[in-house]
Amino acid sequence: MIRFLLLFSRQGKLRLQKWFTAISEREKKKIIRDMTTMVLARQPRTCNFLHWKDLKIIYKRYASLYFCLAIENQENELIALEVIHRYVELLDKYFGNVCELDIIFNFEKAYFILDEFLIGGEIQETSKQIVNRAIEASDMLQEGDSSEWFEVELFG
Amino acid sequence: MSPSVPLQEMIRAIRSARTQCEERGVIQRECAAIRAQFRQADNGGRSHNLAKLLYVHMLGYPAHFGQMECVRMIASPRYSEKRVGYLGAMMLLDEKQDASLLITNSIKNDLAHSNQYVQSLALCTLACMGSAEMCRDLAPEIDRLLRASNSYIKKKAALCAVHIVRKVHELGELFAPAARSLLSEKNHGVLHGAVVLIIELCERNPETLERFRKTVPDLVQIMKGLVLSGYSPEHDVAGISDPFLQVRILRLLRILGRNNEGASDAMNDLLAQVATNTDSTKTVGNAVLYETVLTVLDIKSESGLRVLAVNILGRFLLNNDRNIRYIAMTSLQKIVGTDHNAVQRHRGTIVDCLKDQDASVKRRALELSLALVSASNIRSMMKELLLFLSSCPPELRAHAASGIFNAAERYAPSQRWHIDTMLHVLITAGGDVRDETVPNLIQLITNASELHCYTVHKLYRALLADISQQSLVQVACWCIGEYGDLLLRGDCQETEPVQVTEDDALDALETVLQSHMSSPATRGFALTATMKLSTRITDNVDRIRSIVSIYGSCIDVELQQRAVEYNALFKKYDHMRYAMKNYGRIRVTFTEPRFEYMCSHCLLLPLSVGGLKVCDLLDLLGGSEETLQPSPAFGGTAPGPSVNTAGGDLLDLLGGLELTPLAPGVTLRVTHTHTHTTDPVPVYDKGGVTLTLSCEKQSDTGLTVTLTASNATDSDISSFTLQAAVPKSVQLHMKAPSGDSLPARGTAKVTQMVVLNNPNKVNLKMRVRVSYTRLGSAFQDTVQIDSFPGLDAAGR
Repeated sequence: MIRFLLLFSRQGKLRLQKWFTAISEREKKKIIRDMTTMVLARQPRTCNFLHWKDLKIIYKRYASLYFCLAIENQENELIALEVIHRYVELLDKYFGNVCELDIIFNFEKAYFILDEFLIGGEIQETSKQIVNRAIEASDMLQEGDSSEWFEVELFG
Repeated sequence: MSPSVPLQEMIRAIRSARTQCEERGVIQRECAAIRAQFRQADNGGRSHNLAKLLYVHMLGYPAHFGQMECVRMIASPRYSEKRVGYLGAMMLLDEKQDASLLITNSIKNDLAHSNQYVQSLALCTLACMGSAEMCRDLAPEIDRLLRASNSYIKKKAALCAVHIVRKVHELGELFAPAARSLLSEKNHGVLHGAVVLIIELCERNPETLERFRKTVPDLVQIMKGLVLSGYSPEHDVAGISDPFLQVRILRLLRILGRNNEGASDAMNDLLAQVATNTDSTKTVGNAVLYETVLTVLDIKSESGLRVLAVNILGRFLLNNDRNIRYIAMTSLQKIVGTDHNAVQRHRGTIVDCLKDQDASVKRRALELSLALVSASNIRSMMKELLLFLSSCPPELRAHAASGIFNAAERYAPSQRWHIDTMLHVLITAGGDVRDETVPNLIQLITNASELHCYTVHKLYRALLADISQQSLVQVACWCIGEYGDLLLRGDCQETEPVQVTEDDALDALETVLQSHMSSPATRGFALTATMKLSTRITDNVDRIRSIVSIYGSCIDVELQQRAVEYNALFKKYDHMRYAMKNYGRIRVTFTEPRFEYMCSHCLLLPLSVGGLKVCDLLDLLGGSEETLQPSPAFGGTAPGPSVNTAGGDLLDLLGGLELTPLAPGVTLRVTHTHTHTTDPVPVYDKGGVTLTLSCEKQSDTGLTVTLTASNATDSDISSFTLQAAVPKSVQLHMKAPSGDSLPARGTAKVTQMVVLNNPNKVNLKMRVRVSYTRLGSAFQDTVQIDSFPGLDAAGR
């Protein structure tokens, strides 16, 4: 299970935070501080895995953003790297050549995309196309927001 | 994509703030506006306001006043508002907040909504922040959705069920049948969700695990389909078909095959297939291979498959990708206990990883190398480990040093190798070793008696080279103090001979004493060693005296006390210094300098109370020091109990000393012999009449006493008689006197012999009554004789 997902810039500013367990606000702030300090201190050509308390931390830098994932000890680290990569691909497809500013100004969209990819700390859909289609349909629903509902079916 | 302009305006405004203070100002204004908007009735911009609040929340500012707005927006009929409301709920309303319960009803309604995207929002939120009560409330709904809905909803419902089971374990039973049936779905998302759910159920309940074992053939089928199928555009990642699902299924197979022969057999072929067919050029392929290896090693697989798995890990070790090397070593670490030989085959690669750039890889390589050390490879491994120690990052030094010590202790091929290794570690990383290393090493050196000469020479050289490593310096000082005579002798078969003079040795110790790098403990070692050298050298005792007396006024109290007491040894009890030489042997098993010091302390204490006998005894040893040279029997056995207190144990100390067999060349200082009479001793002198006494020991109990009287006055003495009395058990027999007149001016004497027999060996005393006549007057006097010449105070 994934415990949390954090996105932060090279200066340590938080761009996205998703928590899959119930943690107090204070605890969250502390974890964010710890993660940013640990990950930003890493040398460029070191491996992408860290140990922190009883969790494994997987991190990867894409352009100016660090993607940081915390998984439980029995999970597969290499697949976690693929999870990060898949999320970046989804963002890229949606925003078209995604950059940090896109995520800053459209943070709620980034969350919506994440919620179509992960639920409760687990992957819900392994196909890129299905996730993209679902987001498009939801956006259309939001746009045509009137008293009428659009019925959109997806063939599974 | 509908641009929420107000939101983006606000974000731009916040980002353009140049200082923290300015940013706070902007945010405060915005929050005030948002609060005002919340209080108003329904307007079109509600979702924008909440979104703004969520942005502010992400920057770290408080946003709890938005919680009720979330609740209201979730209940709104508009999809855009629901969407942001649910997002707000996931960010602001975790299960610890009271307001979270208020959305239970909304969620329930939305789960049954006609639009799947609304259902999806509810499912996602429930799976993210649903509390135990909410889960219990809504579990039946989820179960319904698991059975009868489209695949888009089914996959989400499955993961929602996973969350429910994590929160409320008993509800696992509820979902088991639905989970079973989901395995026959074709949709990958649903399959994935189903597998995750089954994993969760099996991990929590062993009975459920038993039941799901029957699904192993189905799972094997699904995997085969994925591995052997052709290119599938929907799920392909770098040539692997749906790696996420493959990894999940492998994980489930692992859980089902653990400790179960039947299940393990059923999946054997499949695992071999996956291991050989999966393309390992990209990370994805390696991820699947990694999961396969973990599964093979965890179930009851046949040996051929295990070897295949370990070989995959061996290949991983050679991979360019650092991540892959790291996880290979983590996995090898887990199995080094069980599949030791298989891992040994890759020892070379592992040892090479000690030189990797990455600190995490180095750490893993170190742990694995230490685990792979065995009696057959100890020499080569130690070479590599010592090389590593000299260049390893500081945070790993302590771990490496202690690992090397343990390995050396378990597998040392020879004592000399062991000592060499320990010295090497102290020279390289002396600052990082644990405290008990110093006494352990001293113990080791003490036991390797034939290597004392070699060891002291080597340590002396090391001391000359570098005095900054405290543990090394301490051991070196101790050795120089203890085996200084071997050092000064100069010849040693094991190393090149080097001429070390007494001055050189003292120079070295003095450097340590004076250096600002030496810790107080190290100084203590050096001072004690200097003191010990005073009995092993001949020319420079004065130099030692001056060194020791300087430290009598040292600021460090411990050092000062030692110096003062050592000084006392020089001044008052010089003969005792030699006994100090043997402190090394009359020693406790843990050779701590404190105990050495306490020995001197012990010896000094009773001396001040005046135990003369003690002095005499030690005198013996001082005189016969040659006989107490290092002899293996004496040195090795190290007799003597632990010295913790001063008084009582002192005698035990001496008891140890006494046991020393004295060589025949020793002469006792006691000069009494059996055969001659002692010189006469005056026992009475009054009024010109003197009486002297001499003894002759006839036997063990018999004594002949001769009393001789003489008259120094001017007038003669007549009727001179002596009468004697002795203690009860002593037998007395007075022989006839030679006469009874004493002429004046001592011209003639009177002698009388008294034969005494003291069978009970009591304290011999004799009372003598003298009576005589002189110038017409009678005189009578009594004298008591308490000690007899030639006998000790006890009359024996």
